[in-house]
Amino acid sequence: MEVGLIFPSVLEEYQAEIWLSIGETAIMVGSSIIAALLIGLPVGTFLFLCRNGQLLENKFVFSTLNLLVNIIRSFPFLLLVIFMIPFTRFVIGTAIGTLAATLPMVVIAIAHYSRLVEQSLLDVPKGIIDAAVSMGASVKDIIFKFLYVESRSALVLSMTTSTISFISYSTIMGVVGGGGIGDFAIRYGYMQYRSDIMIYVIIIMIIFVQLIQFSGIQFAKKIDNR
Amino acid sequence: MIVLQNVHKNFGSFKAIESANIHVMAGDIYGIVGTSGAGKSTLLRLMNALDKPDEGDIIFDGKSVHTLTNKQLRLMRQSLGVIFQSHYLIQNKTVYNNVSVPLEIAKVPRAKHEQKILESLRFVGLEHLRQQYPAQLSGGQKQRVAIARAIVNDPKVLLCDEPTSSLDPHTTIEILKLLKRVNKELNMTIVIVSHEMSVIKSLCERVAVIDDGKVFDVLDIKPTGIEEMNRGAAGLIEQLKDGGGSHLS
Repeated sequence: MEVGLIFPSVLEEYQAEIWLSIGETAIMVGSSIIAALLIGLPVGTFLFLCRNGQLLENKFVFSTLNLLVNIIRSFPFLLLVIFMIPFTRFVIGTAIGTLAATLPMVVIAIAHYSRLVEQSLLDVPKGIIDAAVSMGASVKDIIFKFLYVESRSALVLSMTTSTISFISYSTIMGVVGGGGIGDFAIRYGYMQYRSDIMIYVIIIMIIFVQLIQFSGIQFAKKIDNR
Repeated sequence: MIVLQNVHKNFGSFKAIESANIHVMAGDIYGIVGTSGAGKSTLLRLMNALDKPDEGDIIFDGKSVHTLTNKQLRLMRQSLGVIFQSHYLIQNKTVYNNVSVPLEIAKVPRAKHEQKILESLRFVGLEHLRQQYPAQLSGGQKQRVAIARAIVNDPKVLLCDEPTSSLDPHTTIEILKLLKRVNKELNMTIVIVSHEMSVIKSLCERVAVIDDGKVFDVLDIKPTGIEEMNRGAAGLIEQLKDGGGSHLS
């Protein structure tokens, strides 16, 4: 079998650019995952706990947080990126480049994952929380010893779904010079009429997504003893 | 040990509990019996301060529950074990780790965990299943784990909310025998809520009958004040006197 059938020459030709693009995507998606875990997880947990009938029931906090998450998720992502340009410039110092592109990614990641966290926690039976309160557990105990333990596989699957969405979001970050594999496909494939490049990039992305989905499902299965 | 003084609890316009007066003494096996929807579980939730009364007072171990701060309330709950109809074990923790949770919450020194957990599991006869997950256990075994979890931190009182309702007759007998041992051997006061007259007759020395949110304190299963009760409650008292065989007889 010819090597060209496995690694098409076009990929070798643009190897450096492709690796650079993959790196840029990794930076944007990686930052989004970290933000989702560090901020989205607590925000989603807080959303759940502030709901009607829950431990920290607070109508005002829940309504405000709920509205904010909904507004961010309602934005078509391209418009959110453009809408955020002044804010990005204020925070990062520039609105152009991979680093600047991570800010809108981080914002949508927090909103996206927090909603999925809230929904995952809603699946934990209310009786488990009653049992925890009966044992004299503090809110911190309830979160870490009960809620996260019982919903951990759902939280992993939610992160898997989110990561795939983040990859999708990252493909349009070329509009603010963020680069990434999607931007590479548009600049080298679509704009230069190189359909083959476009197809190969799509194949690369399908492989990435399949790997992430497979790994996420396997890990969630491994930690699920229900 | 637990005293309810003129306790009322409403959910909106619905009167769940009306003027409940109950006195559970140390060492009692105290039964609360009534039909479904009569307010039995609400009464138990009030005793454990999971719900707050709209009127009246609940006194646990000499202290009025409504005067306690959140921290004191958590400490009080740590001296109350609770088992539910659905065991509510943590599915992603092993039997051993489930039983360990109350010790972690009460911040019992780590060095003491293993001994206390194994003692508790030995008491309920499940030491050999300590590495299993709840999904691998039968209904009766899960309820035993729930009992082990409830008693591991040596609570003063064990509150049981319909502990045998979802179990077959044979397993019910096993669980009732176990609860009796908890009372006798561990000197733990037990309050048990059930709609099954036979369960109450098997276990309890003192019984309160609840009907339509009204609670009648019945001492020693005698029909004291029976003429004051409405027909539903009187019917239950009659069953206590005559009908419904005891599981443990």
